[in-house]
Amino acid sequence: MTSDDRSVAHAQASAGGSSRRRLLALIVKEYAQIRRDPSTFLIAFAMPLLLLFLFGYAISLDPRETRIAVVAQDESAPAARLVQAYVHSPYFSVTPLRAVAPARALMEQDAIRGFVVIPPDFGVSMASGAPRPIQIVTDGTQPNQATFIASYAEGVRLNWIASEMDMRGIRGAAPPIDVSQRVWFNPGLQSRFFLVPGAIAIVMTMIGTLLTALVVAREWERGTMEALLATPMRMTEFIASKVLPYFLLGLASMVLCTVIAVAVFGLPFRGSIFALMAIAAAFLLPALGLGLYISAATKNQFVASQMALLLSFLPTFLLSGFIFEIGSMPWPIQAMTYAVPARYLIPALQTVFMAGDIWPIILPNILIMLGFGVGFFILCFRATRRSLDS
Amino acid sequence: MSAAFTRQRAMIVKEIWALLRDPKSRIVLVLPPLIQLLIFTFATTLDVKNVDIGLVDQSGGIHARELVQRIEGSPQFRDVIVLPSTAAMEEAIDEQKVMAALVIQADFDRRIARGESTTLGLVLDGRRSNAAQILAGYVSGIAAGYGAELAPAMVRRAGASEVTHWYNPSLDYMWFTLPGLVALIISIAGIAITSQAVARERELGTFDQLMVSPLRVREILIGMMVPPLLVGMMNGVLFLLVAKFAFGVPFTGSFLLFLVAMIFYQLALIGMGLLVSAMSMTQQQAFLGSFIVTVPLILLSGYAAPIDNMPDWLQIITYADPVRYFLIIVQGLFLKAMPASVVFQQLWPLAVIAVISLSAAAWLFRARME
Repeated sequence: MTSDDRSVAHAQASAGGSSRRRLLALIVKEYAQIRRDPSTFLIAFAMPLLLLFLFGYAISLDPRETRIAVVAQDESAPAARLVQAYVHSPYFSVTPLRAVAPARALMEQDAIRGFVVIPPDFGVSMASGAPRPIQIVTDGTQPNQATFIASYAEGVRLNWIASEMDMRGIRGAAPPIDVSQRVWFNPGLQSRFFLVPGAIAIVMTMIGTLLTALVVAREWERGTMEALLATPMRMTEFIASKVLPYFLLGLASMVLCTVIAVAVFGLPFRGSIFALMAIAAAFLLPALGLGLYISAATKNQFVASQMALLLSFLPTFLLSGFIFEIGSMPWPIQAMTYAVPARYLIPALQTVFMAGDIWPIILPNILIMLGFGVGFFILCFRATRRSLDS
Repeated sequence: MSAAFTRQRAMIVKEIWALLRDPKSRIVLVLPPLIQLLIFTFATTLDVKNVDIGLVDQSGGIHARELVQRIEGSPQFRDVIVLPSTAAMEEAIDEQKVMAALVIQADFDRRIARGESTTLGLVLDGRRSNAAQILAGYVSGIAAGYGAELAPAMVRRAGASEVTHWYNPSLDYMWFTLPGLVALIISIAGIAITSQAVARERELGTFDQLMVSPLRVREILIGMMVPPLLVGMMNGVLFLLVAKFAFGVPFTGSFLLFLVAMIFYQLALIGMGLLVSAMSMTQQQAFLGSFIVTVPLILLSGYAAPIDNMPDWLQIITYADPVRYFLIIVQGLFLKAMPASVVFQQLWPLAVIAVISLSAAAWLFRARME
């Protein structure tokens, strides 16, 4: 494009409402493209359902019926009562055994996650007033479950000792310091309550970054982008036309997700719709900006898809603090989390669902997300312009 | 026969070139998986550390102070923030300045001094209920430990149970993450590469050219399978070496079994990737399709959350998930020195999934062509 052409384009653009008409035409084009491609609706509406469903049901961090074995090497009455205590615990599903060897084999096959051994002279030692310790063996290949089994198996034993002492009339069996916990916002301690807002964050990321990265990379790959850029449209119009439809799609999807979260998964919604929409809008800006930037920088659908996965989906999943506590990560990773927009989305979303409109949390997060948005759009402008000149 | 062999070889060579020709794609094949491995390894810890906890102490006695000191001294907590009132506590929790707050009642010390049992209040932020629960576990442990020093003789003599963690005695979290990641990252890459390869040819129109060539459907499919298989094997071995030598995770099983299991696992994944590509017309659809397949495979594998915790009907669905079986194999081969007989118990379901998905893909391709 020569400078003459450019000034002509400018003159045309400034003439009356032609700029608005151009933008409208571009948006109509984008809308037609979205409507014609079923995959867009797949990602905007089918994907949220799938993700919410999976996070609502599949990833439950609330333990139930962990498979263990109880090896009773003693046949005394107290040992039998202890075995029963394990069998009746709601946290364990128990295979009763008599020897350690089969337990070892079951553990090797992944059929049980741990076992408890009650030693041979357990009943006798009980009677003498100094019970022998039982052994708790766990499968360390899954450290979380191992810790859980160790502490809950011990808990079952402690309760059992208290009840044995009650039977013998020994007083003071109750623990001297009892911790009574009250859980605010989520009294039932359902992991779903924080996993579902996390799933919503992933959905927003998918629509904002992945979908746009793919759509625009396809235009570059097929050469239709050059055709678009040869028209008299301006850069801002071009970017606005790419952003607006997906922005609206994202907001619509957020509404859908919220309705499902509340109606199907029973999440509370204690904040306001206004706060929710403000949070969603603030997050969609950096998400869309990143998507456009990836597509302009790669111009190849396969590479763009992989980069979008790496730069948006995985960080949202891993580094946003929704499953894995940021405070527990090593400091270089903690530092990386500050560059992940979803890190600011998660606490805001969790707050608006479970706690209410607590602006001291919501507002700073919104501002930071907007800041990221501006940054990504500047990158976008530069990447697109540079590729035009070259 | 030899003509068939030449055709097959040409097809494989062509597919490998198609994958490796573009320098950007070459980098994408190896670099993101490695980055994923590193970030996953360090980020996915379910420990809770460096937490700030609030304190509302209405007792001010010696026992209360001793208990708080023990909490302050434990490595899981960073700071104990003294809050003057329950109103201040409410605000601190609302604004996530603390994840939990201890409330020590006025009669706490008096009751302990009198030998009565007493209660320690703990308020948790349910927005992060999982971390909060782990935190509550730490506090209960410390309180129970302090309480045990004041407990009756029988409880004291009963002592604690002897806890042993097999295969990973110090419960090093990386020993769990790294073997699991071998299974996960290969599944992500395997399905994505397979489904994209076919979709790209279709989008560019070169797929039709393949169809009119003398190549048989079987030969085309095998040609499409070989490059992702090779990339996956290479990444798998690379990850194994990184896990063993860079992170010191013991590999106690047989390397040969690992390779055999990898091949079966990859075939099952590639079958699913081909199914996705047979059903999609554009690269975008293929990418989304592979995403829609991969995410449930990972979430249902037992890596993200134990399968035991899932509802029963969902546990049944996990039997169709190849990642589930390979996860057990790879954890077993790394840490449990899993013998061949146990590996085969997990291998045959993989073989069944591979046969079903590959033949379904072949059937779909044929159906599409006619």
